[in-house]
Amino acid sequence: MVKKLPRKDVVVVGFGWTGAIMANELTDEGLDVIAIERGPWRDAPTDFPPTYMQDELRYRVRHELFLRPDQLTFTFRNTMSQTALPIRSWGAFMPPNGVGGGGVHWNGEMWRFLPSDFVLKTHLTERYGESFLPSDMTIQDWGVTYDDLEPHYDRFEYLCGTSGTAGNLGGGIQEGGNPFEGPRSRPYPTPAQQQPFSHTLFGKAARELGYKPFPQPSGNLSQAYTNPLGMRLGPCTYCGFCEWFGCSNYSKASPQTTILPYLIRKSNFSLRDNSEVIRINLDRAGRHATGVTFVDSSGDEWEQPADLVILSAYALFNVQLLLHSKIGQPYDPVTNTGVVGRNYTHQTVSTVNGFFDNKKFNFNPFIGSGSIGMCIDEFNGDNFDHGPLGFVGGGYVGQVQTGARPIESTLVPPGTPRWGVDWKKAVKDNYLSTVKPGAGVHGSFYAYRDIYLDLDPTYKDRFGRPLMRITMDLKENEIKQNKFLTDKFAEIIKTMGAEKLAVQYRTGPYDITAYQTTHLNGGAVMGTDPKTSVLNRYLQSWDVPNLFVMGASAFPQNAGYNPTLTVGALAYWSAAAIRTQYLKSPGRLLDV
Amino acid sequence: MEALADTIIPSDPQAPGGKDAGCAVFIDRQLAGPYGRQEGLYQRPPFLSGAKNQGYQSDIGPAETYRAGLAAINSVCRERYGGRAFADLSTDERILFLKVLEAGEVKLQGVDGKSFLEQMVKDVQMGFFADPIYGGNRDMAGWKMIGYPGARYNYLDWVNRHNERFPLPPVGITGNAEWTRW
Ligand SMILES: Cc1cc2nc3c(=O)[nH]c(=O)nc-3n(C[C@H](O)[C@H](O)[C@H](O)COP(=O)(O)OP(=O)(O)OC[C@H]3O[C@@H](n4cnc5c(N)ncnc54)[C@H](O)[C@@H]3O)c2cc1C
Ligand code: SF4
Repeated sequence: MVKKLPRKDVVVVGFGWTGAIMANELTDEGLDVIAIERGPWRDAPTDFPPTYMQDELRYRVRHELFLRPDQLTFTFRNTMSQTALPIRSWGAFMPPNGVGGGGVHWNGEMWRFLPSDFVLKTHLTERYGESFLPSDMTIQDWGVTYDDLEPHYDRFEYLCGTSGTAGNLGGGIQEGGNPFEGPRSRPYPTPAQQQPFSHTLFGKAARELGYKPFPQPSGNLSQAYTNPLGMRLGPCTYCGFCEWFGCSNYSKASPQTTILPYLIRKSNFSLRDNSEVIRINLDRAGRHATGVTFVDSSGDEWEQPADLVILSAYALFNVQLLLHSKIGQPYDPVTNTGVVGRNYTHQTVSTVNGFFDNKKFNFNPFIGSGSIGMCIDEFNGDNFDHGPLGFVGGGYVGQVQTGARPIESTLVPPGTPRWGVDWKKAVKDNYLSTVKPGAGVHGSFYAYRDIYLDLDPTYKDRFGRPLMRITMDLKENEIKQNKFLTDKFAEIIKTMGAEKLAVQYRTGPYDITAYQTTHLNGGAVMGTDPKTSVLNRYLQSWDVPNLFVMGASAFPQNAGYNPTLTVGALAYWSAAAIRTQYLKSPGRLLDV
Repeated sequence: MEALADTIIPSDPQAPGGKDAGCAVFIDRQLAGPYGRQEGLYQRPPFLSGAKNQGYQSDIGPAETYRAGLAAINSVCRERYGGRAFADLSTDERILFLKVLEAGEVKLQGVDGKSFLEQMVKDVQMGFFADPIYGGNRDMAGWKMIGYPGARYNYLDWVNRHNERFPLPPVGITGNAEWTRW
């Protein structure tokens, strides 16, 4: 039997980055807010103490902090003619779970998108002509511009205390920063992190080649910082156990370190952990959300009525909940109609590992942080002329090595046997003198007509609901883009002085077993036309106006940057629209 | 398993091999735990075979694979080497056997030889470099060999000291290598 709880003004579904931001903004408005989170409660001193957090096997290899696939997973295939099979253990991406969501174990790489990224379709068509784009590419403008978002980018950066060097202050290009970034209204809240040896060497080599390297903007703080909510963060100690791990030092920006201690004291906020929302409930006409239904850890079902529903369950789960709740028309690639599940994208990443002479180079590669790095942005977005190259999109490249935990970082040069005497010797000779940049090539991923999300016809979850099906492949445009970027990157690593390179291009078919970031996007995209978007420019559902959907599911396609700074800025942008417009007269903020 | 671990990571004068570093103990414990049982993984049918890039599709977990794989290796060895099990082979014979297995030239009963070898290599090497609390990397032998300082948490004084060897010995989650002896 479903038990009904007292009504709230707002129910927030999922308590990661966007859930925390929205809960804080809306409680500030005086609303009574409840957040419902699928995973456990987590806090720094109790859950990631420095006494046992540095455990590569437990946290990295066995995914301690992540969702278990037996609780919920997806099915996957490359093309529409294949049978999708379930993702039985995680590979290509790693879904977050628990209070703080991905904010707990992210790297903290905090990039703004380029102004042209938000008007991508218009920009590329004007510069290169419509026929330059592949015919099955379904990119579109966002309906929001860089200038709209700038104050909100700024807000999220100051919440986190982001460490970086500005490249463009109000239109003035700054030495040492990213000269390609959009204009920012003020400098970063804290200076850039210090850079270990190999990262510094990358900067030097890039400069020699004529590029303008700059430190990667970082949510691992270079110095102590007190944010506008009064939360205090400490300096990062470059421990090298950052992504996949929680931070023991209060040095990594996360909901726990920047919002939660402030929010939890408010009497108009409450949170339920270990409770999975299974459905957003609608009125009979299907035009108004009445609240949500969730299942607690004893398997009991509860109904939480609310006037306003904020869906902030992470990109993939946002789409999955929309499909299961029958909100919006599901996308059909054959007829090219419907919207929910359309324009699903990932990130096109690759790397080049460099092996150096160990008599001359000792990198102490275990010294690092989640978002340490020296990068260049010459080949991102449309910062370079694509005309002669025959593809669109791009990305940043950089030495972004986050540490050298030994299970994953004992590399050997190409051609070395994989075991035995020679392997052992090679590991010993190379560990301290290898550059292993991880996702050193971080490229865009544009949208296509036959890459999408829908419900699987065969496989079911623990509640008997269909799993969501991912149909995803790498297209020629992205493969060419990656080849171009990876070659440029290899040239810089070579210039650093590497004796041997292991160049790993990203090629098709898309592989669900190989980790490629947890930057999944689209499926519930924002836009200006309800025929090609699920949400309007304020992240409000076109169909159900008292539902707002956060997260990278709103990205019409993905840029060559990490998503979360844009995800956070969009949340603040949406919260501002709710606070200044929606609450005054609840209903559609824009006419269809 | 110890013989296999020592073939995958042979001992040398500077660093112990897989056996003395406890890699077989590591694997035993992992197989007896959640990893061995595929705990937490999606285990609902149907189990269909698909493309390799669709991921592992079987309800047979690592514990069962190892049981079958190790038995199959021994039975092939007995056939080929006059009744001797893998552990009874000479070092050269062991190396040769694994090379042939790696090349996909031996058929094992019930498991795919090539991928079973890949799995063993991965697991043995993992045991060599995981924290010693898991039974491998005994006395931090793997970490000492490569110059990894272990579960430390603060390199603030070192981030700017470029191209200098970090001087401190490794520490594990439960303590310092100097506190234990062979
Ligand atoms: C290892 C790793 C490294 C990363 N590094 C970076 C980086 O350096 N830079 C960057 O920009 N991004 C990075 N990301 C991505 C980043 O974590 C996400 O973009 C960000 O957390 C998204 O915020 P969100 O609020 O949309 O979702 P999340 O923060 O994931 O929060 C969603 C929450 O909703 C909960 N939830 C889901 N379904 C339900 C349900 N049905 N009922 C109740 N609760 C539910 C989840 O448990 C989760 O806690 C990284 C991700 C990973 C995994
Ligand atoms: S690298 Fe820095 S921010 Fe990351 S976990 Fe370690 S101390 Fe925290």
